[in-house]
Amino acid sequence: MAEYHLKTPISEEDVRRLRVGDIVYVSGKIFTARDAAHKKMIEIIKSGGEIPFETKGLLVYHVGPVVRKLDKGWKIIAAGPTTSARMEALEADFIRIFGVRGIIGKGGMFERTTKACMEFGAFYGAFVGGCAILAANSIEEVEAVYWLDELGVPEAVWLLRVNKFGPLTVAIDSHGNNLFMDVLSKAESNLRKILQ
Amino acid sequence: MPVDEDTIKQKLIKAITLAETSLPPDVETVIKRAYETEESDVGRAQLHAILQNIEIAREKKLPICQDTGLLGYIVEIGDDFPIRPGRIVKILTEATIEATEKIPLRPNAIDFWAEKNTGNNVGVGIPIIRVEPCDGDRLRIVVFPKGGGSSYVAKLYSIPPARGIEGVVDVAVRAVYDAGPKPCPPTFLGIGIGGTEDKAMLLAKKALMRRMDENSDVEKIARVEREIVEKANMLGIGPMGLGGKWTVLNARIEWACRHPATFLVGVVFNCWALRRAFLEYKDGDVIVYQ
Repeated sequence: MAEYHLKTPISEEDVRRLRVGDIVYVSGKIFTARDAAHKKMIEIIKSGGEIPFETKGLLVYHVGPVVRKLDKGWKIIAAGPTTSARMEALEADFIRIFGVRGIIGKGGMFERTTKACMEFGAFYGAFVGGCAILAANSIEEVEAVYWLDELGVPEAVWLLRVNKFGPLTVAIDSHGNNLFMDVLSKAESNLRKILQ
Repeated sequence: MPVDEDTIKQKLIKAITLAETSLPPDVETVIKRAYETEESDVGRAQLHAILQNIEIAREKKLPICQDTGLLGYIVEIGDDFPIRPGRIVKILTEATIEATEKIPLRPNAIDFWAEKNTGNNVGVGIPIIRVEPCDGDRLRIVVFPKGGGSSYVAKLYSIPPARGIEGVVDVAVRAVYDAGPKPCPPTFLGIGIGGTEDKAMLLAKKALMRRMDENSDVEKIARVEREIVEKANMLGIGPMGLGGKWTVLNARIEWACRHPATFLVGVVFNCWALRRAFLEYKDGDVIVYQ
């Protein structure tokens, strides 16, 4: 279990070094996207439009934050991860189109995302479910928010500057390994033994 | 000293704030114990982050998790308590709205027919209030917010009565397997046995309101609680589903007599962030505690 401190934009070389079980802390820019934002961003590209910020080398965070409006800008109050499985159908396309180097979420993802991580050089970093304050604590600034009126606070895309955001446990690496799927398949054979 | 409605409301807001921002000591003790004994490095890293999060939330008086849950209350009210139960229900609803604004809590009540969030954690059937009459001039309110991730995986089983308690252990372990990483393990299990379907689920929920650093004082029941924890932890799902020793931190059982033909088992999960607080009227004073 190695520990890495990565800065976005992250290079393919950096991601290829990561193995499942490693711990990552990330600094720099990341952006949030849940179900609706995934759909929205993919649709924009498919209809020939452009995304208003550079996505290459960033990480996408599955989260619907609690935010507070300040006189100038925004403050993130609580920002723990949401269940990533809901984004499985869209994530492979998302990685391919936007060149993100990774995903932050909870609960893991499945075959298609694992394949896309392998093909395009990305990883899945599991953030600890429920640790909303720990996450908010390492968010230094809200750089921008997109599609807020259309999607609402939790579903909007928040571009964040973070400092030592983590710990992220590498649960899908770019070599075809998927820790969640391994754990569940072991649990299944353990269940059979326990119920014998 | 006579107790007035506004005092109850202000103390309720205090109790909701306490529940949402500070984990009860028994819950924290159990998580610390898991951290000290977790064998997987990845698992330990998750538990370490959880303990850090608990500390910062308490210090900053902010919600432990961004899913601040649906608010649930159980009201035990004496026949001689000076405020009528109907008024208490009204006060609970008002306190929920005010606490949502003040703490702040995430608005979690979705009216799915209107396709909108009510915005204040109050709506049809929400918050979930249960009133239980008792003797004397007592008032005790359990404040119990419940997050969505752990409610997602709740189960009601009807097992063949001949399977008996062994069947209860089996279905509890199966429920933990089926839940996998979804309820943010390590979790607490509330298990309700007997009665009718609604009773079994209510008992399961009430079991989660028990102290989590101990087991039943009835040895027969305590043994089953420990057996469920031991077997569930043999699954190896571990903290956050990333593998490890601690999948379930504790299991508590509540029971009622059963019908000869049925053996109902309710299994309710709570994530590691088991949030609760109590409000109690005692000797003329309203106190709030965990």
